[in-house]
Amino acid sequence: MELTSPAFKANAARALQDAQLQKALGNVEKGFVAKRAAARQALPEFEALRDQGRALKTHVLEHLDLYLEAYEAKVKASGGHVHWAESAEQAREIILDICRKAEAKTVTKGKSMISEEIDLNTFLEENGIEAVETDLGEYIIQLRHEHPSHIIAPAIHLNKEQVEEDFRRVHTHLPDSRDLSEPVALLSEARAVLRQRYFEADVGITGANFLIAETGSSVIVTNEGNGDLTQSLARVHVVVASIEKIVPTLEDCASILRLLARSATGQDMSVYTTFSTGPRRPEDEDGPEAYHVVLIDNGRTAMLGSEFEEMLRCIRCGACMNHCPVYHAVGGHAYGSVYPGPMGAVLTPSLNGINRSGHLPNASTFCGRCESVCPMKIPLPKMMRHWREREFEKNLTPAATRYGLGFWAFFAKRPALYRRAAGLGMRLLSAFGGEKRRLSRLPLAGGWTDFRDMPAPEGETFVAAFNRQRGA
Amino acid sequence: MDSRTAILSKIKATRDRRDETARRAAVESRLARPVAGLIPARGQLDPEGRIALFLDMIERTGATHERTAGAEDVPALAARYLRERNLPARLKRGTDPRLKAMGFEREAALSLTEGPSDGSDLAAISHADFAIAETGTLMLLSGPDNPVTLTFLPEHHIVVVRAEDVGGDMEAALARLRMLKGKETMPRTVNFVSGPSRSADIEQTILLGAHGPRALHVIVVG
Ligand code: SF4
Repeated sequence: MELTSPAFKANAARALQDAQLQKALGNVEKGFVAKRAAARQALPEFEALRDQGRALKTHVLEHLDLYLEAYEAKVKASGGHVHWAESAEQAREIILDICRKAEAKTVTKGKSMISEEIDLNTFLEENGIEAVETDLGEYIIQLRHEHPSHIIAPAIHLNKEQVEEDFRRVHTHLPDSRDLSEPVALLSEARAVLRQRYFEADVGITGANFLIAETGSSVIVTNEGNGDLTQSLARVHVVVASIEKIVPTLEDCASILRLLARSATGQDMSVYTTFSTGPRRPEDEDGPEAYHVVLIDNGRTAMLGSEFEEMLRCIRCGACMNHCPVYHAVGGHAYGSVYPGPMGAVLTPSLNGINRSGHLPNASTFCGRCESVCPMKIPLPKMMRHWREREFEKNLTPAATRYGLGFWAFFAKRPALYRRAAGLGMRLLSAFGGEKRRLSRLPLAGGWTDFRDMPAPEGETFVAAFNRQRGA
Repeated sequence: MDSRTAILSKIKATRDRRDETARRAAVESRLARPVAGLIPARGQLDPEGRIALFLDMIERTGATHERTAGAEDVPALAARYLRERNLPARLKRGTDPRLKAMGFEREAALSLTEGPSDGSDLAAISHADFAIAETGTLMLLSGPDNPVTLTFLPEHHIVVVRAEDVGGDMEAALARLRMLKGKETMPRTVNFVSGPSRSADIEQTILLGAHGPRALHVIVVG
C-alpha cells in the first residue's frame, strides 16, 4: 500500500471529524477491552504466562538462525517446499512463480498481515491472477479497495450500513428487495458468495501465527474457518510468514496460544487452531497436493541486535491498539501503514525507515497501557522514544518543535534563570486568566487552545510553592 | 549470494556466537526433548471433573452437547439431532473404524455416505481423538478416517469423543498426538476446534456460522 504515515497529523485531524468513523471506533473499547480483562481475570497464571512467553521468544531470537534451519529441514522431510525472500519484492515474485506453475487463475486468501505488508493482492492482480480475500472483514475492505484498519479486526472502522451499501453495489446477481439490515444477513450473504470461490481457487494462501521447528508445521488461528477452507480446498497451499514466527516445539506453541486469544478477543482459545504439515498424505482424500512456505525477512534481520529487537517478539494480538487512547481517537487508517497503533508506531519505521514514517512515534500519549497489556511484555513506549531520538538526530523533527526544544534547553541548563522566567510567565498568565481562570487563546499554543481551554496557572511555580510550603 | 544464505548470515552476524557449541546444543536438546511449560491449574481435575469442565467450556462457545454410556447409542442420537432440527436424515462420515463399529445401519431412516465433503452435505459426523477441558477444545486429525473437509464444509458438525479421551490441557493432547502418530510424523492437519465457526467482523457483534459449521454438537461416549 502507499504509505501515508508522514501525513499522520492531517490524517488524524480528518479522522476526528469523521462521524461514521467515530461511531465505529466506539466498538473497539466496547468489544475488546472488557473481554480481555475478563479472560485475564479468569486465569490466575496469566502474568506468569506472560513472563514465560517473553523468555521463550527471547530464546528463539537468540537462536533464530538455528531454529530456521531445523524448521526448513522438517518441512522438506514432510514433502513441503521452503522459499526464502529478503524483500517484499522477492516474496511477491516467488509467490507469483508458484501461482504460474500451478496455472492459477484465482487464489483464495486467509487473513494474513504479512501479505498486506508485501502488498500481494495488487501484484497478483497486475499479473492477471484474481486474489479473493475470504475473511469476512478482509472481504469487506477488499470490496471497498481499502486496507485493514486493525490487525485482527480489519473492518472495525465500518458500520453495518456501509457494509450493506457495498454488498448491494457488488453482489448484483442478488435481488434488490433482500433484507440486509441485520449483521447476520450480511454474514450469510458473504458466506454464500465466498463458498463458490474456495472451490474455484487453484492456490490458497494463508499466513501463519507460528512455525514449529520441531515438526515443520505452520499454525493458523482463526474463528471463521475461512483459513482452513482456503488451505484445504485449493490444489496448492502457500504459507507466507516472516522469519520471527518460529517457535521450537509443539509445547512451546501451546504455551503462547494461552496468551494469544485471551489478549486478542478475550476467548480462552480461538475457534480453530490448525497445525498443518506438508501436503496431503498419499492415503488422504482431501487437502492440497502441494505445500509451500515463503519465509520473509523484509527488514526483520536489521532489527536484530538493534534497540528494536524486542519488537520481534510480537504475536500480532492487537491488544496494544485496543487499549491505546490515540488509536481509539483516530482509528487505524490515520497511521497510514499496514500496522497501526503502538506496535505499528514501532514497527513501521523499522520496516520502512524513519524518514518515510513521519510522525508515527509521536502518535502516543506515553500512558503506558500498551506495554501493560502486551502479552509479550514489549516495551513499546521505550521504543517509540528511541524513534523520537533518532528522528531528532536526523533533523526530521518539525522546525517549531526543534526551536522550542532548543529554547527550553537554554533555560533548563540555567536553573536560576529558568525559575525567574517561569515565575514571570506564571504571573503573566495568571493575570490573563481573568475571573474564569481559563485561557482560550495562547500564542504558539493554538494546537492546544483550538480544541480546549488551558487552565490559567495560580500565579506561583511548583518550585516556589514547594519551597513556601516546606518553609511553613 | 542466494537469499537463504543472505538471511541466515545476517542473523548470525548479530547473534552472540562466542560459544557456538553451546548454542547448538541448546537448540538440539530443546527440539529432541520437548518440555511442557507452565500448565494452568484450571484443567488439572479428576476424570469426571475434566468432562464437566470440558462440557461447560464448549457450551460457552455456542456448541451443544450430550453424553451417553455406550458407543452403540450414537447413531440414534445423531438421527434425533437431525430430526429435532428439521434437517434431512442424511449424514456424511469418513472411514473411522470407531464410527463404523457403531452400527449406523440400524438407523434405517438415516442415509449415510462415506468420504470427504464436496460442499453439498448439510451434516457430517467425525470422531475426535482427544478433548481439552481447560479451553473446551476438540482435537481432530485429518486423514481418510476423518477427512478435514467434514470439519469445515457442512452446516452441522457432530463430533464424538470418548470420555476417557477428555484430558486437562493442550499438553496432554500433544502427548496423545505423539503416541498416536509417533514423534516424527504429523498428519496433514491437526485441527483444534473450540465451538462453531463465528465472526465479529461487523460492528464487533458475535455471529455464529461464518464460513465453517453454524452448529457444533458434541457427543461424549462413556
Ligand atoms: S506489540 Fe504486544 S500487544 Fe501489540 S500486537 Fe504485538 S504482542 Fe500484541
